[in-house]
Amino acid sequence: MISGRRVKLRRRDPKAGLAYLTLAAGTVLVAFPFYWMVASALKPFNEMFDLRLIPTHPTLLNFAEVLTRTRFPRWFGNSLIVATITTVSVAFFDSLVGYVLAKLQFPGRGFIFVMILATLMIPTEMLVIPWYIMSSAYGWINSYWGIMFPGLMSAFGVFLIRQFMSGVPDELLDAGRIDGVTEFGLYWRIALPQIRPALAALCIFTFLGNWNAFLWPLIVIQGADMRTLPVGIALFSGEAGSSWNLIMASSALAVLPVLAVFVVLQRQIIEGVTLTGLRS
Amino acid sequence: MSVPQLRLGTRRALWAYTFLFVPLLFYIAIRLGPAFSSLYISLHEWNLISPSKPFVGLQNFRLLARDPRFVQAAVNTVRYVLVGIPVQMALGLAVALLLQRINRFRGLFRALYFMPFVTPIVAAAWVWQWMYSESFGPLNEILATVGLPLQPFLRNPGQALYAVAAMIIWQYLGFQIVIFLAGLEAIPRVYYEAAEVDGASGWRLFRHITVPLLNPTLVFSVVYGTIVFLQLFTQVLNMTFGDQGGPLAGTLTVVLYVYQLGFQRFMMGEAAAATAVLFVAILGITLLQIRVLSKPVEY
Amino acid sequence: MRYVFAAATVAALVLTLAGIGAGLQQVTITYWQYFFASKVKLVDDLVKQFEAQNSGIQVVHENFPYDAYNQKVASAVSAGQGPDVINLFYGWVPLYVDSGYLQALPAEAFSPMEIERDFVPMVKNSRFDGKYWALPTAVRSLALFYNADLLRAADIGRPPITWDEFLTAAQRTTVRDAAGRLTTEGFGVSPAGQDHQLIREVLFRQWGVAPYSADGRRVTYATAQGAEAFKWYTDLISQHKVGVIDFFPGGNGYRDAFMAGRAGMIVDGSFAVGSIRAGTKAGWGVTELPRRTLGGEPSNFGSYWVHGLTVHAQGARRDAAIKFLKFLTSEQVQRLWLQQVGELPASRKLVNDPQLAADAIYGPFIRGLAYARATFFVDESAQRQVLVDAVNEVVVNNKSPRQALDEAAAKEQKILDEFWKKHPAK
Repeated sequence: MISGRRVKLRRRDPKAGLAYLTLAAGTVLVAFPFYWMVASALKPFNEMFDLRLIPTHPTLLNFAEVLTRTRFPRWFGNSLIVATITTVSVAFFDSLVGYVLAKLQFPGRGFIFVMILATLMIPTEMLVIPWYIMSSAYGWINSYWGIMFPGLMSAFGVFLIRQFMSGVPDELLDAGRIDGVTEFGLYWRIALPQIRPALAALCIFTFLGNWNAFLWPLIVIQGADMRTLPVGIALFSGEAGSSWNLIMASSALAVLPVLAVFVVLQRQIIEGVTLTGLRS
Repeated sequence: MSVPQLRLGTRRALWAYTFLFVPLLFYIAIRLGPAFSSLYISLHEWNLISPSKPFVGLQNFRLLARDPRFVQAAVNTVRYVLVGIPVQMALGLAVALLLQRINRFRGLFRALYFMPFVTPIVAAAWVWQWMYSESFGPLNEILATVGLPLQPFLRNPGQALYAVAAMIIWQYLGFQIVIFLAGLEAIPRVYYEAAEVDGASGWRLFRHITVPLLNPTLVFSVVYGTIVFLQLFTQVLNMTFGDQGGPLAGTLTVVLYVYQLGFQRFMMGEAAAATAVLFVAILGITLLQIRVLSKPVEY
Repeated sequence: MRYVFAAATVAALVLTLAGIGAGLQQVTITYWQYFFASKVKLVDDLVKQFEAQNSGIQVVHENFPYDAYNQKVASAVSAGQGPDVINLFYGWVPLYVDSGYLQALPAEAFSPMEIERDFVPMVKNSRFDGKYWALPTAVRSLALFYNADLLRAADIGRPPITWDEFLTAAQRTTVRDAAGRLTTEGFGVSPAGQDHQLIREVLFRQWGVAPYSADGRRVTYATAQGAEAFKWYTDLISQHKVGVIDFFPGGNGYRDAFMAGRAGMIVDGSFAVGSIRAGTKAGWGVTELPRRTLGGEPSNFGSYWVHGLTVHAQGARRDAAIKFLKFLTSEQVQRLWLQQVGELPASRKLVNDPQLAADAIYGPFIRGLAYARATFFVDESAQRQVLVDAVNEVVVNNKSPRQALDEAAAKEQKILDEFWKKHPAK
């Protein structure tokens, strides 16, 4: 019953071959820019523009230069700290708020949801100046806290989790209540496991979003020690030109942790299923 | 209504407020407060670096209404949404369904289709510009081989917007796929099995089980996608770096224009006014979408 | 008020002196510039040197990505934050002076007379209300970079001196494939790069048109001759087809194309020498910007980055900042700047050094400086956009150059009016 559909499909899905073919053809389109980035990272600067798909003289020198002659390891570490903490914070708070908004009845519920959702509609570009003034008043400039405080919660996650929580059957929660589970326990032990796919997706996106954040870190960071990856990589392009070889090499390195997070969490997206299927 | 029930309801409401307390403080202090300050700024002639910031009423809004670049940016932004959202969602759902169908290499395929979303935008924009290049790009190479006229793509104000939109659709495909996979996997298997026992298959399964049960995910995808597309900025900036939003403002978006006004020309008052207009538009569209599209999930 | 201020300054000074005397007082000042590897390294060294010479002063040097530098600075200023000494593009200075963010350089330490005696003439651009507000260490001008291998292969004996020769050279180095696509540009066009400056300060002037009125308040290039000069430029793209906009991607695609050997010539600034030297495969050279006729009037666009004193530098910090500024703009530092960063010194004396003028690479820029003008920008990004759009109106939308230029002039006039409306005094 758990993986029933998949097993059955395998047995009698004549179109699976077509699905493979379509997907395989599509990968060329989706992965090509990524491939080009890696291929370019392996080229010496004076071959950057020859547009050959396979580097004639592949070299690791770009990577060596990025790793040893810039503060890449430091930028990487800073980004890792910021992205990890914000992801943990968002996963907890957003899922709690999403659960409350979807599953608890209380006056003002609709208003609070719209209010939180409305915060998604103001572009970051307009918020950075007030944030900077706030940071400067409280002494947060050039600190990890300063870089990450705007990202500790996100309306995106609240919205995503609320949508998925609305699919969790009320009967499950009521059964929990009868068993004497606390209100926090209902969220934590009963509702949350039901929406693991969405939670995993939220973690992937939050990590990625904070990993790539540029404008706010740029403005709040003052010293070279505090630079995050995107701010550091921006140093490779300047007035006298862009070091595309270094941009490509550092970009390729920057992708690795995000891919790792994806590979680990995407399994959650799939495994979440079986539980949902069973419980109801 | 009996007294204990009432008290139960009140107790749950109290719990709800307790859980919401810290997050609400956060949203009010970090998001809404600054947003209101930008409304305040929009009523002033607010040079970013100047100490004198006189109140000017609705003058910034009047200036915007007469500013051809702003009007162009607004029209462009609507075009991005109208082209981007349907294509992106259709592709995302199609690929997610295909990925669900296969058994081998699923992890690999999923990772490959997620690649666009993790490829750093600076690198991706550079590659896409090469792909559109008249002299060196594979697209024109194909046209030349077939004997069709070469296309300017990013160099033509009429085509550039669609060329940039294609790149953005490519980038967000990975996002849509992950969301749809999560949504599809959250549909309890029993419904498919029950329907299959009743003899349903293929299109009917999709139409009568997948679509209705996927409704919360679809609503999320449409609403969030629209919000993202209405705030396009980074991708456009990187695709048109020398002549931002060009050529001839053909790819300019509202947020890119807000950025130029505020941070390059220091005209924060007008930038804030443009943001206020954008905010009202997004809020209206979002509420409308949620109202029209949301259907209660019934098992 | 002034007395209070003076008293406070004196008090601070006394305290500082007392502090230094007691070996306790440390003054810390902050300096901001944009990131450029060789500049950052040099300034780090200079700071050490300066601190050794001035015990009691500590300099914190912070730097930010070039493309986002102005944003970063503006955000800090709007929150009342920022450094004591700041590096700014000369074209931004009016806005920063106007905002009250910069202090005028004190005449005791920087006398306007001495500045005008010692620095190259275009530095006058940084004087308002009879006061200097900032000073450069280095200056830049434009020149023509050429790919010597391509010119030789096209049987062109020497780099062009007139624009006619330039056009011939560009046409003969342009290469197309069977489908008619450019594979090598004769001229790497880039309106958003340096070409808008080329049009403004070089072509207009050589065609006999002053782009702006002497007081900088009126746009004066929209004349028949101005349109002819403008048409000469747009013809390179639409008639002679010796180059296309965005031939290579990215903001510096024209330079990348040149370095890759796919552009015969480009117009670029002296600041690009380092990159081009490091990245170009082919043999290359530099020559002065062409003129309209042999012996015709030469013209060039000059620009510079300045160091200014912000309002944060008060009391003892102000004294320290003035010392540091003096040091940064000294001839000794200018020499190091030339050697290690490769930028031309701002001092008349150093720039007139015959050895430098004879340098194959720097010579053409140095000679260009003698007749270079720095445009007085009131809103640099908006003014650039106007000319970039005008070029596109012609080459993409097939407007007549005359009409496109008239429209551009009207738009730019509006930008100037907005600025001067708020500054009737200047």
